[in-house]
Amino acid sequence: MKFIIAIIKPFKLDEVREALGAIGVAGMTVSEVKGFGRQKGQTEIYRGAEYSTNMLPKVKIEVAAPDDLAPKIVETIQQVASTEAIGDGKIFVLDLASAVRIRTGEAGDTAL
Amino acid sequence: MMNRKLFGGAGALASLFTAVPAWAADAIKASDPAFAEASVGMVDKGDTAWMLVCAALVLLMSIPGLALFYGGLVRAKNMLSVCMQVFMIVSIAGLMWCCVGYSMAFTSGGSPFPSIFGGLSKALLMGVDNTTLAATFSNNVYLPELVFVVFQMTFAMITPALIVGAFAERVKFSAIMIFVVLWSIVVYYPMAHMVWYWAGPDFLVDAPTDSGLLWGWGALDFAGGTVVHINAGIAGLVGCLMIGKRKGFPTEPMPPHSLVMTMIGASLLWVGWFGFNAGSNLEANGVTAVAFINTMVATCAAAVSWSLIEQLHHGKASMLGAATGAVAGLVAITPAAGLGAPMTSIVLGLIVSPVCYFFVVKVKSMFGYDDSLDVFGVHCIGGIVGAIGTGIVASPALGGQGVFDYTQFPAAFDASSYSIGTQVITQIKAVVFTLLYSGILSAVLYFIVDKTIGLRPSADDENQGLDITSHGERAYNM
Repeated sequence: MKFIIAIIKPFKLDEVREALGAIGVAGMTVSEVKGFGRQKGQTEIYRGAEYSTNMLPKVKIEVAAPDDLAPKIVETIQQVASTEAIGDGKIFVLDLASAVRIRTGEAGDTAL
Repeated sequence: MMNRKLFGGAGALASLFTAVPAWAADAIKASDPAFAEASVGMVDKGDTAWMLVCAALVLLMSIPGLALFYGGLVRAKNMLSVCMQVFMIVSIAGLMWCCVGYSMAFTSGGSPFPSIFGGLSKALLMGVDNTTLAATFSNNVYLPELVFVVFQMTFAMITPALIVGAFAERVKFSAIMIFVVLWSIVVYYPMAHMVWYWAGPDFLVDAPTDSGLLWGWGALDFAGGTVVHINAGIAGLVGCLMIGKRKGFPTEPMPPHSLVMTMIGASLLWVGWFGFNAGSNLEANGVTAVAFINTMVATCAAAVSWSLIEQLHHGKASMLGAATGAVAGLVAITPAAGLGAPMTSIVLGLIVSPVCYFFVVKVKSMFGYDDSLDVFGVHCIGGIVGAIGTGIVASPALGGQGVFDYTQFPAAFDASSYSIGTQVITQIKAVVFTLLYSGILSAVLYFIVDKTIGLRPSADDENQGLDITSHGERAYNM
């Protein structure tokens, strides 16, 4: 099993969720996060006081998937979430040791 | 007793008068034995109804208007502290107004310095009931005195509440409440007395020296440019200097936590300000309409000019800028509301925003003082622009209302006697006097409160936020 973490632009979330649903992803966890990368930040001005915000709002998607589906998920997120502009985000893939469905106690791929 | 001023012999006369032709024909002097009996019929139900509505509108300016305008600009951890300071100042100021404020501001008998502050003859509203009357700006036109008491009460509420924006996010609640009690007595009531107290149109002719100091100079302040805005603005600046900067200012970002609330607050201020400015005519007549429309259009002009400057300077016009410009326009038109004409009011509005913008954006960072919510840059500077501008736009030659000569009976008006140069000099004197009087005495009061109670909360409390540490609650639980 793989654990996929994708940091994307917030307005891309709906598109990504739909695309992942279409390739058979049955669940995901989404959170609003802040961070920075090459995009640096943006400048906000309040009555002349300039604040450069170096933490920008992003959305983090976490998906656990069977090994065979993982490459397809990564490819889909990469294509759908891309605007070909700096700040589009990153995708991380980790090996997942185990997964358990709390309601039934099932473990492994069947728990996903 | 109040706002519209003039005189000194050079003054002038009459559009108010034409608004009440019935009395103009055979007005009764106060010294006439028939006056007391006739005065009962000198109260107009329309005036009374309008002025009661205006009092409620001015309360709307403080709460929730000012509380939201200020509250949206602070960080979420200090939201309730600002709301609570405004709310409690309003409440305390209302009590104090009944106890001593009204008497100190709007009487003169029994005072050792009757041109500076009034006596205590009406303390605890003694002798004020449903049958007593207060003067307006027209001969033989009166308001029930309690209407005047409650209308002026709302001014005594909002003025000290304006100050707290200058040192928002870093003041001890108990200390600022004590300060407001002292400041009302030492600064606000005397200022209101000096600018707005006079014997009234039926009485001044027999008691030509019975007026406040600045009123006697001929200073024009229709609705409170000096008494409210310059007064609170300079007190705010002195406070922010004496209390010191917020921890982390100016390196740590302190962005407003909700500009939506600031927009709602500014809009409520705008609505309530019609009570403040148009209500300051004390009657419901043509001049009231002049004050109303001037308040409307000067504000529009100032919101537009602030936005234009931002567009030119930063390439983006901000909501905060538009709201700030609107408030600057409201401040500037306040002293001129019933004195200028709509088109000159628009010019005043267009001019005030660039001046305030310069102080808020450039001067503040140049000197490095932490006027958190720009009470000085918007209220004091806007008030000064308005006070001086009033001397110009009031000129009958520019379509203004001019001034009446209340030393004659009935009051007389002579448009040709108005001199812009002379009036502007008088306005500048009134501004300088207000800056010095309020600035110096406010400094003394801050010093006393700081040495006894302490103005500033502990560094830990300030870091954690005043909502939790001063009030034990949080603005947003989610």
